[in-house]
Amino acid sequence: MSAAAADVATKVEKPPAIPHGWPRQRILGYALVCVWIAFLAGIAAYLVVAWNGELFAKYAPSYVTGLGVTLLLVAISIVLGAILSVPIAYARMSRNRFLSGLAYAYVYFFRGTPLLAQTFLVYYGVGSFRPQLDMIGLWGFFREAFNCAIFAFSLNTAAYQAEILRGAIESVPRGQWEGAASLGLHKLQTMWKIILPQALIVALRPYGNEIILMIKGSAIVAIITVYDLMGITKLTYSRTFDFQSYVWAAIIYLIIVETLRHAVEWIERRITIHLQR
Amino acid sequence: MQSVWTLLSWGPEGWLDDIAYGVFITVSLAAATLPLGLVIGFLVALAKQSNEPSLRLAGNIYTTIFRGLPELLTLFMIFYGAQIGIQQLMRLYDPTAAVEVNAFVSGMIALGVVFSSYASEVFLSAFRAIPKGQYEGGYSVGLSGWQTMRLVVLPQLVRIALPGLANLWLILLKDTALVSAIGLTDILRQAGVAARVTKHAFLFFGVAALIYLLLAIISSFGINAIERAVGRQQVQR
Repeated sequence: MSAAAADVATKVEKPPAIPHGWPRQRILGYALVCVWIAFLAGIAAYLVVAWNGELFAKYAPSYVTGLGVTLLLVAISIVLGAILSVPIAYARMSRNRFLSGLAYAYVYFFRGTPLLAQTFLVYYGVGSFRPQLDMIGLWGFFREAFNCAIFAFSLNTAAYQAEILRGAIESVPRGQWEGAASLGLHKLQTMWKIILPQALIVALRPYGNEIILMIKGSAIVAIITVYDLMGITKLTYSRTFDFQSYVWAAIIYLIIVETLRHAVEWIERRITIHLQR
Repeated sequence: MQSVWTLLSWGPEGWLDDIAYGVFITVSLAAATLPLGLVIGFLVALAKQSNEPSLRLAGNIYTTIFRGLPELLTLFMIFYGAQIGIQQLMRLYDPTAAVEVNAFVSGMIALGVVFSSYASEVFLSAFRAIPKGQYEGGYSVGLSGWQTMRLVVLPQLVRIALPGLANLWLILLKDTALVSAIGLTDILRQAGVAARVTKHAFLFFGVAALIYLLLAIISSFGINAIERAVGRQQVQR
């Protein structure tokens, strides 16, 4: 065995040279890129062949409204979730065992169960509480699938955003708090002027990811009969049995997500200019 | 009015046996997707960290597409797309052929590609955490490229990637709920059937959510055990 090992050792005595010409990797890489080009060109060709002006004129406006519904749903949920996440993050960081336990249970529940199950729980489940909701006049609100989706999504994203906020605030070193205290700033001032500006740099990327996850996750409202982009797509497919309805939706979703991702990267580059060397 | 406990009992009166079947489907789907996603994810990560620009490009296109699409849309596209595609192929031989695509397999493929695109990022950052000296050390003791990968890099890679992969497993477990939309009888679909029949929607969807929570808790115990085992190995070396 040692003889064989020694044999190999003499054969490979220096790191492999940088490959020239057509090594195996390059052939594989070009082949895979060609497969992708063929695939994307195939989809483009399919869209050209399957082009149906009548269909497009009929359904394109509803795609635009669907896109509007998706963006509205995500925007409202993210904002409500952000507001709701502040007290949750505060409770999670508090020294009070009961309060932090409660916040932990909230976060654990909403992060540990599927968004779809939460949405079903709200949309189908509120029916079980109709008398009580009627009494306080909220039944009208929960009868709309869109409102149920907003309710479930806000609670869900609040849990995630609370964790992002907590992580970001805790990432700021203790010395910053102490320094501010020694300058005579009170807690709220310290938070607002010292801690949050530093924490938000850390939080930017997770926040961006959360918005992207929300946009992708919002597709499930199609299952509870909200006509967002996905809902319109499903409707179009069930009426026309034309597969291009899905392809168009995929293109729109990809454009939104990629735009957002690059925007977040751009903002991050801008606000960390003072940290780059 | 039946009592809650009758509804949740085992047998023809209750729904527990149906929900248990749903749990079986959910867990087996997640367990079947995991190896598929890990293997594809590792290969994509290999492509993305290679020196060859064309390989990197191919890997990045894969990640961009499958990370950017909503999981539900990917699932529908694979489910209906495969149905149409296979049907077209079959028509070449037999014009009357009707194809029914298996929902379990479609779910497995869709969740697998989504999982793998995220896993490739986890593997990639693990690759970047391994210093170049490890490869050079491998070459200097006479190991070939493949041997260096298998004996030197991979054991360290797994250890670094483990927390990220554990996170992805929990996400995968939750994403399996989507397959109820293409008719697979998982936890959520069984709960939905029970809710429709008995009109106790909140009860059954609540139970479904708690089962998912329980699965997550059990998983995190398992993950902790694995991490401890791997950590102990590290100390021993």
